[in-house]
Amino acid sequence: MTDIVGVISEIVRLTLLFATPFLFASLGEVFAQRSGVLNLGVEGIMLMGAFFAIFVVSDKGLALSPWAGVLAALIVGGLMGLAMAFVSVTLQAQQGISGIGFTLFGQGMSSLLFKVLAGGVITVRGFQPITFPVLSGLPFFGTALFQHNILVYIAFALVPISVWVLNRTSFGLQVRAVGQNPAAADSVGVSVARVRYITVTLGGMMAGLAGASLSIAITNVFQENMTAGAGFIAVALVYFGAWSPWRVMGGALLFSAASILQNFVQIFNSLRGVTINIPPNLLIMVPYVLIIVVLIFARERKRVEPAALTKPFEREEG
Amino acid sequence: MSPMSSRPRLTRLLGGDPVAALAPLVAVLLALSVGAIILLALGKNPIEAYSAMINGAFGDDRSLFRTLTRATPLLLVAIGICVAFRGGMINIGAEGQLFIGAISATAFSLALSGRLPGGLLAILTLIVGAAAGAIWGAVPGILKARFDVNEILSTVMMNEIAIQLLIYLLSGPMIDPEQVKLGTRVPQSSALPEDVWLGRLAPPSQIHIGLFIALAMAVIVYALLWRTTIGYRIRAVGENRDAARYAGISVPRYLALSLILSGALAGLAGAVEVTGVTHRMVEGFAVGYGFSGIVVALFGRLHPIGAVPSAILFGALLVGADRMQRTVQVPSATIIALQGLVVVFVVSSEIWVRRRSARRQVSAAEAAPVARQEASA
Repeated sequence: MTDIVGVISEIVRLTLLFATPFLFASLGEVFAQRSGVLNLGVEGIMLMGAFFAIFVVSDKGLALSPWAGVLAALIVGGLMGLAMAFVSVTLQAQQGISGIGFTLFGQGMSSLLFKVLAGGVITVRGFQPITFPVLSGLPFFGTALFQHNILVYIAFALVPISVWVLNRTSFGLQVRAVGQNPAAADSVGVSVARVRYITVTLGGMMAGLAGASLSIAITNVFQENMTAGAGFIAVALVYFGAWSPWRVMGGALLFSAASILQNFVQIFNSLRGVTINIPPNLLIMVPYVLIIVVLIFARERKRVEPAALTKPFEREEG
Repeated sequence: MSPMSSRPRLTRLLGGDPVAALAPLVAVLLALSVGAIILLALGKNPIEAYSAMINGAFGDDRSLFRTLTRATPLLLVAIGICVAFRGGMINIGAEGQLFIGAISATAFSLALSGRLPGGLLAILTLIVGAAAGAIWGAVPGILKARFDVNEILSTVMMNEIAIQLLIYLLSGPMIDPEQVKLGTRVPQSSALPEDVWLGRLAPPSQIHIGLFIALAMAVIVYALLWRTTIGYRIRAVGENRDAARYAGISVPRYLALSLILSGALAGLAGAVEVTGVTHRMVEGFAVGYGFSGIVVALFGRLHPIGAVPSAILFGALLVGADRMQRTVQVPSATIIALQGLVVVFVVSSEIWVRRRSARRQVSAAEAAPVARQEASA
């Protein structure tokens, strides 16, 4: 019995842990999309965040604290977000393709920096699990909920905070107005460009943080293209979650669980002393297949889609 | 879910404005300049790096052949991207479509080796590759047409699925029996039957007749898009879906078709690459061609004929990047970053193209007396 409890708590622990990068990136993308900008550069920004964070923390780099790594990822992500904002807001470029450009840039640039600056394998100790008195020692809940590193708690705390900002602050109101009806927002004195610059830059910072959580809080290693499409899954989760942070969190948990199926099988095998032989590559496919299936059923979400999503706004000259 | 409703603006890149034609060139020069700054910051000499690149790409006959060999699959992928983008579908899935085309061509030629006359087998192998790529493109195409699933996201997911499927097949069902015998288990297929190897043009160089297949496809696809009703409808849907619907065109059908054709060309690229160059499937086969093809298509202004010089240029950049990595130790990943910048700069340059054409319309309007009165009022 204890075995089963142990296994389930381990599965919950891993699911929460691996949901963290999805959450950071998706919540940032919620803000960008709510204001009318589709940022498809998330994947590339995550890679840059992942590299800069680990480089700042590693002995091969600056050997600073993990928090300095987080700061570096926020800065790099913010700068790339700012660039994306300039391209999509000021230059009104096609958002889908320019986002792919940012992703290619991030992929190439992070590989280049990795090869030139790190040379080879780069590992760090990264953020360590926090031990809470009493709580961490609890059966089941101790492992599942109370032995995580700080970034996991921050990611989940950002969900209600995002809901509050979007629905209860005047900035959130501006974001929603700019995404639904930019002309109307403009006519009552809201600067569409300013709001979109803020949300897209914020989205970039969150994507950078998502990358940092991968490299210095989860895997504690950097590999070229280590995100393997996680950035695009994060964008898809925003559709899945119908632009609502709570539902996005549900999606992040679901896809986190799907992306660690391999671990489940291992755990199950060790528990039962059996060997289920499913080729790992077929298991790795599951979350991607699931995303496609989910997008089919996310169709009815369309009615809540921000009306101005992907549409650049140009003021009518008086 | 169609967040891409402003997509037809892309095709404005392609107006007849000669200044607009220069935009991609400026984008590449800008990207190279930014690249130079990055290299400087990393303590590398950009002049040294770029001259190694040019030398590696065009230095002698052999490097020129190498460039053309690289340009062949790039061109096929890019022609496919042209069809999709012209049809208003953003196909990010060429990478996966190419893999699936190559692995299917491999499986087919190995299975039927010796059972068909050589020439027939060779032709069918290429057709199977194209058909498999078409099917891989049809999935997101039909999902878009039928369920309005965002094709950018679905094609990205199809890429990841293709990569995993490829590794699974090459390390399991399709693994080279020699690798199993040796116990090394390197994930690769057996060598393709020699019957399906595409003829080499200038041995020992790898340049092969696939180059002519690609050039022929550029002409065929140009004719398809601009000289046939199907092509007209694909472009009409890409320009303005509402107007196309109003004109009685079945929009979903042509959305799906453009992605199917796009997938077929990427699949053909995979089949041509495996029969022309590698002669067996290996892990890491043709990685990045699917994405580079997008850049080639954008640089060629989404025109199949424009894609020809564009593919040669980017083929040269890839070959040059290898040389750069070997001789001055600048990682070839630099090229991926530069390609990203080219994409960003090309789509960003649209605004000037658009403003210019708007200005030209305004100045034409001002020449009319009524407009002049309004302007003075």
